Amino acid sequence: MSSIRIPPALRAEVGGEARVDADGETVRELLDDLMARFPNLRERIFAEGEIASFVNVYVEGEDVRTLRGLDTPVSDGSTVILLPAMAGGS
Amino acid sequence: MGVSPAPSLLGLIGGTPLVELGRLARAAGVPEGVRLYAKLEGQNPTGSTKDRVALAMIEAAEASGELEPGRELLEPTSGNTGISLALVAKLKGYPLTCVLPESVTEERRRLLGLYGATVIASPGGEGSNGAVRLALELAAREPRYFMPFQYGNDANPRAHYDGTGTEIAEALDRVDILVAGLGTGGTLMGAGRRLRERFPGVVVAAAEPLPGDPVMGLRSLEDGYVPPILDVAALDRKVLVSNAEAVAALHGLLRHEGLFAGVSSGAAAHVGVKLALELDEGVVVCILADGGWKYLSADFWSAPDVAGSMESTLWW
Repeated sequence: MSSIRIPPALRAEVGGEARVDADGETVRELLDDLMARFPNLRERIFAEGEIASFVNVYVEGEDVRTLRGLDTPVSDGSTVILLPAMAGGS
Repeated sequence: MGVSPAPSLLGLIGGTPLVELGRLARAAGVPEGVRLYAKLEGQNPTGSTKDRVALAMIEAAEASGELEPGRELLEPTSGNTGISLALVAKLKGYPLTCVLPESVTEERRRLLGLYGATVIASPGGEGSNGAVRLALELAAREPRYFMPFQYGNDANPRAHYDGTGTEIAEALDRVDILVAGLGTGGTLMGAGRRLRERFPGVVVAAAEPLPGDPVMGLRSLEDGYVPPILDVAALDRKVLVSNAEAVAALHGLLRHEGLFAGVSSGAAAHVGVKLALELDEGVVVCILADGGWKYLSADFWSAPDVAGSMESTLWW
């Protein structure tokens, strides 16, 4: 079981929660479990079977795009964060 | 050592010092065989690395003929780029308008005014994305504006390829990890590419801000923005840093090194130490984008609840 942090923009899709628990050994399994329970999430965070370009997913604080993408392993108790890609940079 | 006088402040952009952070590294438990360095970009004339970017963008536009006398500059910025552009615009004779999120620190807004820039506020809840959106709308409507647009201008990473990255490559015989804050991506793309040429195995690592909920606001996920100059595939690591972690690193820089740095620099130092702890030996370079001066009004230096006090402000 891992805890997924949900950004404000997606909380309406998960009943207003800021954190939701989900099961899975990889990011793909975890998100599949989440989206099975909250089906409206799928079209918000996925595009053509991949994480949409304007969405970032982090496992233990690292962007899964620089890890193994959807196949990035997730251990029990990991914190996973969903965030919109933000223009930073001053 | 003789130092010849510069014809103007523009001649003093770049050539920033590198300093070893040995005390911080040892205090954090980084092995003796790992050397941690900081490149002090706050030593540029307006106090940030954006001086390099502003000068490069304006000179590229002049060289291409896109920017001619009589046109006005417009740029979305959370502060540093605007202040750097204000200096370059002043010395080159262009008026400048900056679109600035309401949620930036007061020092930045005041500095822009003092340098002579006009400031247009964008909704704080939309963060930098809101400033980008509003500036793009204005530029499309008003042809008198020339928008350098740091997020999509190749002169931005090029300034860091030619400047920041080359300076590090010339100063050090070895670099295993390069860390910089992720904003537009200019520093990481440009300096990263230059360092890969000289040190093919270098790990290019981004320190990325974890925004507080109020900064993310209620805007839709589809408003997310990936700067056109940023190629995430060119990053080897991309590490999220909370405000509390960035501030803890700022305090560490002050306590152990006497180094007064800005929030994104704290984040870069946090990631630098974190990755240095993964090594047995090697060289880690953190690019510290600015000094702490523009954040003096912030509560976080002494707040008991650092994260809470920082939630509603856009820090970098």
